[in-house]
Amino acid sequence: MMESQLVMQQEDFDRVLAIIQKLVRDANAKAVFVVDKAGQLVGEAGEMQGLDSTSLASLTAGCVAATGGLAKVVGEEEFPIHFHQGQRDNLHMTLVGDRMILVVVFDERSSLGLVRLRVKKAGAELAKVFEEVRKKAEAHHASSPFAEITDDDIDNLFND
Amino acid sequence: MSFINYSSREINCKIVYYGPGLCGKTTNLQHIYQKTNPDVKGKMISLATETERTLFFDFLPLALGEIRGFRTRFHLYTVPGQVFYDASRKLILKGVDGVVFVADSQIERMEANVESLDNLKVNLKEQGYELDKIPYVIQYNKRDLPNAAPLEELQRLLNPTGAPEFAACATTGQGVFETLKANAKGVLADLKKMGS
Repeated sequence: MMESQLVMQQEDFDRVLAIIQKLVRDANAKAVFVVDKAGQLVGEAGEMQGLDSTSLASLTAGCVAATGGLAKVVGEEEFPIHFHQGQRDNLHMTLVGDRMILVVVFDERSSLGLVRLRVKKAGAELAKVFEEVRKKAEAHHASSPFAEITDDDIDNLFND
Repeated sequence: MSFINYSSREINCKIVYYGPGLCGKTTNLQHIYQKTNPDVKGKMISLATETERTLFFDFLPLALGEIRGFRTRFHLYTVPGQVFYDASRKLILKGVDGVVFVADSQIERMEANVESLDNLKVNLKEQGYELDKIPYVIQYNKRDLPNAAPLEELQRLLNPTGAPEFAACATTGQGVFETLKANAKGVLADLKKMGS
């Protein structure tokens, strides 16, 4: 099925941010990111603000997509949890609902067990928010800020 | 699937460059990367083999400017063109907003072009898209080569529906930005349609 456009209003974004900021604290994480499966960064929290989050988002989506492909090859629907262990930092990725990925970066100040525990709760809360965002978009048919743009607006973007 | 974020006042769109192996998809992105102002582009990522063949994808984020107070960002992806990477191509098409088909003008690559275009249609359909319903442009690359087929021949074979088309030489950059702009405009025009 073709996915519909994702429209995040300020209040939805604030809720997502509150959840992932809490997750950073509760899981003793370095950073938390929410990425959609198409590779767009939806939200970030934590101490890794200088990180190239755009690259992180597209690579996360690529990684999850490839692992999802692998799952199907071996007869699984998907692998909902991925864990990458590094020398210093580790990455924990979980699928949230059917279109989001929750990424937690953590080091020796935390542990895999703690992250998994906290992610479970935060993931459920996020899934709820994104479900509401989707329903809202369907109900209101998402008023796009682009509805009123003119052809001139588009042309002006390309006048270098 | 575009993503509109009211909080950061950003709109993000995804454009995928598709085409047969060695047609110049990565070269298109490299040219865009080299010729764009550092403050509008992010880091280019290439997941390639040791022989520089695309293994999974190339990725280049571009910020085009503002429309009605919204920063407009385009994420450009290429697919791996080699036939056996079909599973990866399907994954990269996920959430696509616009497609650029890069055709290799060389006569001996004509079959590969047709095969890749058919593959694009099949893979889009699996995701619920139809090629003639999404913003789509076609680029005839490698026009500088002596064995390039006549444009009329390429048009007849690859573009019977008359999608916007551009002659190009990605190594020199000819036609590269024209192709991107046409597709990006198509994506924005589509957003306008969807919102109204």
